Amino acid sequence: MSDTADKTVNGETRQRPLSPHIQIYRWTLTMFLSILHRATGVALYAGTLLLVWWLMAAATGPEAFALFQGVAGSWIGRLVLFGYTWALFHHMFGGIKHFIWDTGAGFELSAVEWISRGATVIPILLTLISWVLAYKFMGAF
Amino acid sequence: MVEIALPKNSRVQKGIVHKADKKLEKPRTLKIYRWDPEDPANPRMDTYEIDAADCGPMLLDALIKIKNEIDPTLTFRRSCREGICGSCAMNIDGQNTLACTKGLDETKGKITVRPLPHMPVIKDLVPDLTNLYAQYQSIEPWLKTDTPQPQSEWKQSREDREKLDGLYECILCACCSTSCPSYWWNSDKYLGPAVLLQAYRWLIDSRDEATGERLDDLEDPFRVYRCHTIMNCAKACPKGLSPAKAISEIKKMMVTREV
Repeated sequence: MSDTADKTVNGETRQRPLSPHIQIYRWTLTMFLSILHRATGVALYAGTLLLVWWLMAAATGPEAFALFQGVAGSWIGRLVLFGYTWALFHHMFGGIKHFIWDTGAGFELSAVEWISRGATVIPILLTLISWVLAYKFMGAF
Repeated sequence: MVEIALPKNSRVQKGIVHKADKKLEKPRTLKIYRWDPEDPANPRMDTYEIDAADCGPMLLDALIKIKNEIDPTLTFRRSCREGICGSCAMNIDGQNTLACTKGLDETKGKITVRPLPHMPVIKDLVPDLTNLYAQYQSIEPWLKTDTPQPQSEWKQSREDREKLDGLYECILCACCSTSCPSYWWNSDKYLGPAVLLQAYRWLIDSRDEATGERLDDLEDPFRVYRCHTIMNCAKACPKGLSPAKAISEIKKMMVTREV
């Protein structure tokens, strides 16, 4: 790092201020998605633990499985599962977005915008569709 | 490291309001970041009112007008006033760009002007770019060859020359690097978009013979790979270049040479 101290006329040393950054930078969709990609990635860790609980409950026996069903079937459980579904789709499409950019394609600013919009809207739609299908045809819980 | 809040000495306070003393035909208000190393106070935002009807068309013209007519202590870098020197790079209404190519008519309402983000401030709108220049030097931005120097110039085909388009135009204004959150928080280890675009400019140059050596030097968890394609760099570049794409090409070169 460069020297951030500065001497005044009377020889006293003063620390240079740091210019404002995240507080003032104009938000863009790509910037927002970058943070959301990280956040959904973290959420998936928690979601995967739920998945492990489900599998372990199924392996343990009917009582353990009933407990899991009870928690997952409660309104708060469903809300968490809904969030998990979205996080999974969002992170997956974020991954596809990064995969496209990693090939060196889609860097024109208009393409960047369209890819980002797609990676925002498609996961939301897929989450809704999954839940509608789950309730309509699979009987949910 | 990610640090959201500014250090104590950097928190920006309310500043002085310089009201116009007569009626203005086309009034415009500018809020400008001020910090004086000789004044023990924290940075502040001063407000200036100018008449756009009696001012050049660009934001740089407005800054010069303020310095000439209202407040001669206002400090900023400028030189060419036509987007080729990169001196007047600053943060205007939350986005990094050059003051000399930003039209006043492209802005609405109050115009907010700050120095390039997450940089030590020398004075007002002048940031300390020492670290960035040191990083630029570290990528050895010159032609490196082993073969003896030819009698005339180093030759290059038209196709190979075209590979430098979109790279050679970079004026090193630092708009991109200082727009990048990864660079804000890792500028000690991550080279940042401006320097990486320059690194790619030498990697892709058909005349350069140090490609392998250059890639070895970049092979590191931080130097290149802190780029998370946030895309602020490409959106900020006043020359319309894409450092994000150049970084992606470097990553591709690193992978393809392994296979």
